[in-house]
Amino acid sequence: MFQVRIHGRGGQGVVSAAEMLSHAAFEEGKYSHAVPSFGSERMGAPVVAYVRIDEKDIELREPVLDPDLLIVQDPTLFSAIDVFAGLKTDGYVLINTTKTLEQLGIEETANKLPAGHIVTVAATELALKHLRRPTPNTVLLGAFTAMNGTVNIDSVCTAILKKFPGKIGEMNVEAARAAHAAAA
Amino acid sequence: MLKQIEGSHAVAEAVALCRPEVISAYPITPQTHIVEDLGTLVKDGTIENCEFLLVESEFGALSACIGSSAAGARSYTATSSQGMLFMMEAVYNASGMGLPIVMTVGNRAIGAPINIWNDWGDSMSARDAGWLQLFVESNQQAVDVHIQAFKLAEELSLPVMVCMDGFILTHSYSQVDIPEQSQVDEFLPAFEPRQVLDPAAPLSMGAMVGPEAFTEVRFLGHQKQLDALDLIPQQAAEFEAIFGRDSGGLIKSFESEGAETVVITLGSVIGTMKEVLAGMRDDGHSIGALTIRSFRPFPSDALRAALKDAKRVIVFEKCLAVGMGGIVSMNVRMALKDSDTLVQSVIGGLGGRPITRAGLRRMFEKGLRDELEEPHFHDINMDIVNRELEREKQQRRSGSVAENILRDGGVVAAAKTI
Amino acid sequence: MSQVSDSQQKVKFYQTGTFTAGNRLLDEQHRSVQATMDRCNSLDSGHRACQGCGEALGARYAIDAAMRATGNQLIAANATGCLEVFTTPYPETAWSMPWIHSLFGNASAVASGIAAAMKVKGREDVRVIAQGGDGGTTDIGFGCLSGTFDRNDDVLYICYNNQAYMNTGVQRSSATPGAARTATTMPVGENPGNVFGTGKNVPLVAMAHQIPYVATASVHDLHDLEYKVTRAMEVRGARYIEIFVPCPLGWGSKPGDTVKLARLAVESGMYPLIEAEDGEISGVTRIRNRVNVEEYLKLQRRFAHVLKPANANQLEQLQAIADRNIKRFDLCRVEEEQL
Repeated sequence: MFQVRIHGRGGQGVVSAAEMLSHAAFEEGKYSHAVPSFGSERMGAPVVAYVRIDEKDIELREPVLDPDLLIVQDPTLFSAIDVFAGLKTDGYVLINTTKTLEQLGIEETANKLPAGHIVTVAATELALKHLRRPTPNTVLLGAFTAMNGTVNIDSVCTAILKKFPGKIGEMNVEAARAAHAAAA
Repeated sequence: MLKQIEGSHAVAEAVALCRPEVISAYPITPQTHIVEDLGTLVKDGTIENCEFLLVESEFGALSACIGSSAAGARSYTATSSQGMLFMMEAVYNASGMGLPIVMTVGNRAIGAPINIWNDWGDSMSARDAGWLQLFVESNQQAVDVHIQAFKLAEELSLPVMVCMDGFILTHSYSQVDIPEQSQVDEFLPAFEPRQVLDPAAPLSMGAMVGPEAFTEVRFLGHQKQLDALDLIPQQAAEFEAIFGRDSGGLIKSFESEGAETVVITLGSVIGTMKEVLAGMRDDGHSIGALTIRSFRPFPSDALRAALKDAKRVIVFEKCLAVGMGGIVSMNVRMALKDSDTLVQSVIGGLGGRPITRAGLRRMFEKGLRDELEEPHFHDINMDIVNRELEREKQQRRSGSVAENILRDGGVVAAAKTI
Repeated sequence: MSQVSDSQQKVKFYQTGTFTAGNRLLDEQHRSVQATMDRCNSLDSGHRACQGCGEALGARYAIDAAMRATGNQLIAANATGCLEVFTTPYPETAWSMPWIHSLFGNASAVASGIAAAMKVKGREDVRVIAQGGDGGTTDIGFGCLSGTFDRNDDVLYICYNNQAYMNTGVQRSSATPGAARTATTMPVGENPGNVFGTGKNVPLVAMAHQIPYVATASVHDLHDLEYKVTRAMEVRGARYIEIFVPCPLGWGSKPGDTVKLARLAVESGMYPLIEAEDGEISGVTRIRNRVNVEEYLKLQRRFAHVLKPANANQLEQLQAIADRNIKRFDLCRVEEEQL
């Protein structure tokens, strides 16, 4: 089972990201489960969502405590909460930032992970370029498909179009593919 | 058709397949997505011939269903938590009048302190209201049981609540097989009411009944629920024959047969438990589980039969009868009153406290050693409780309990649970 | 106003002292529903209302008029209260029409549900009435009522206003007038009875919802009442009619004075009779023989303290309310045809 925890803030599309990732896995014939863990709906509040992907039905209902992948949509969360809690020693980390790991103050954690398992993407900037909106979620999903073979970029794009049919979906697909290419 | 779909949306699609005629909608988290989706399905014509009422409160929501059901229309609404309490007068009224309304309860804690997360406080507050209460473990079951709920309700002329864990099910995306319309039509006949407001055959509904007949009316309500104990498994079998899935029924065993210790619970937490219990069986423990799928009517006979070899029962419940203890365990004890089986009561997951594999394993092991106090509060932080008790001892104006506890727990720790 | 009203206005039988023309003096087509053999007696005799019950009288006329207007295709939802209790002690019922009682505060929501069911079943010829007392309307049922208005559901809500919770033993409601004695506003201490400056005017609140039709009526003018109900049934959408129904038990009045009290309430200006369409006043019933409020008050024990010299200020305040109503709704303008 591959477990994902997505950290972000209300309005960044954290819950949508979890939904699209789970849908991408579904497209590949896998079982997957996306669970948002938000509170009252408000912009800017810390939001967490979980995704589990497996070859068999998933019945586990606990929050993702030991993720294989962390997606951090807002790096300011590093100073607010313990984002890395429970991350597997060979886990993956994908961070939306223009800063270096040193600037973020997380190089120590990063050094413990296998090479190539922690990637930074200027996802907000890419999103602004392609979507003219600062929603980094689809960009990060695109980048993730280049890190690890859990889901591929095509099924992520299918999931994006399912969530956002029409022009907005196409723009998001373009952004995701650009991120995939940049991270590959 | 297999879909990767949000639980709420799956329920909306299931309700749509049941050809509802009147739906009343009022927003309350975590049920809201269901009625939002139904609103769209009515508007875009997916649900034909249906009135979608945007009411001013939950009291109005169920009251409108009382009117529409009494006028012979298949009627549906959904609620949660405070909304359930706000409509409580109508909840009792609907069952007292024998109106076959189906209502989804997206189970959520009841305040104060206000809390939007999952436990069963809302459904349990209505456990004696005369409605059938069917709990589901997954979004697939939520779909399947809603379809069965309409048939049960209309067959019995009683309202049915389908209880699904808020957020954990309502907001989670998973693979769900949405049945075909033809299958649902085969299973669920058109609504043929036992009583209906009709100018061609006038009748008075809801008139006053005095002491001379009230007991008999109540007895019949009870008897109808007992009849449902036969009807529920019968309809689950019919459902399986058409849809090919085992959903619904009174109880469900998960390797409880022959186990020394049987864990009893309701709803979605069984998913996490199954994994824990499999691990414990691998380690040589004789332990299984059983879920109660029909909480009202309460399947006492079925439980007794299923637990005849059990030495110990651990009831895990996300609800509390304050000043008494466990609610589900009280019912289980009643069912087992003539047996020697030890029943332990565990209260957990209140207000959305995560229920983890590690925590469950620790608690079950304690249970196997007969070390659980009565009732046992799962994963409780007694340090914080004791600090508040001490504060109350020290000063008269000790302040708000909820606020003090949050402060003691630490702001950072509180933020993490968001 | 309709032909019925025009016709009434033309008949001048001042010798009766009441301006009321008896049915037998009217053209047949203008006679009241109750005067005809084909009245449906929806609220049949044998119910358990008190002697002189204004609500029973008002309900009988209102419902029969609605039945006639709809060709007997009518369903009623009733709030808890006197009307519900005195008409339906199981297994007896005084209703010879489809009728449902659910709760105290939800009659309009239940009616909305029935209307939705009728619409979905293609039976829009079947019309729906919700009815309740002032407590069930202006207080506990207010939220649901406002919801029905807001959605403009095809429901006629009839409030039988007797100005207090009579079924529970005469307690103050938000329709109780200033100074009135109730069990929760007893005439003791300073400013005895109900306080002034409180309460709601639900007909005006209904108008603020911009619903198609709002009217007030009184059991002293049953032609007018029937006309307003009939008019209401010509309109689709949410409609509100409030009927002034004296309560001998709650008011401490003689059962034989019910109709007289209703007339005095209107003719003193204490209870204006109005009609409004789409939120605008479309008609008022002029006062033809204005009386002082004292004439109205003195027949009711609930106002007995008001007439004591020590409480003269209360009498003044009640008169001021009546005067304000008259001015506000232009109730005393003399019309050409009446001269």
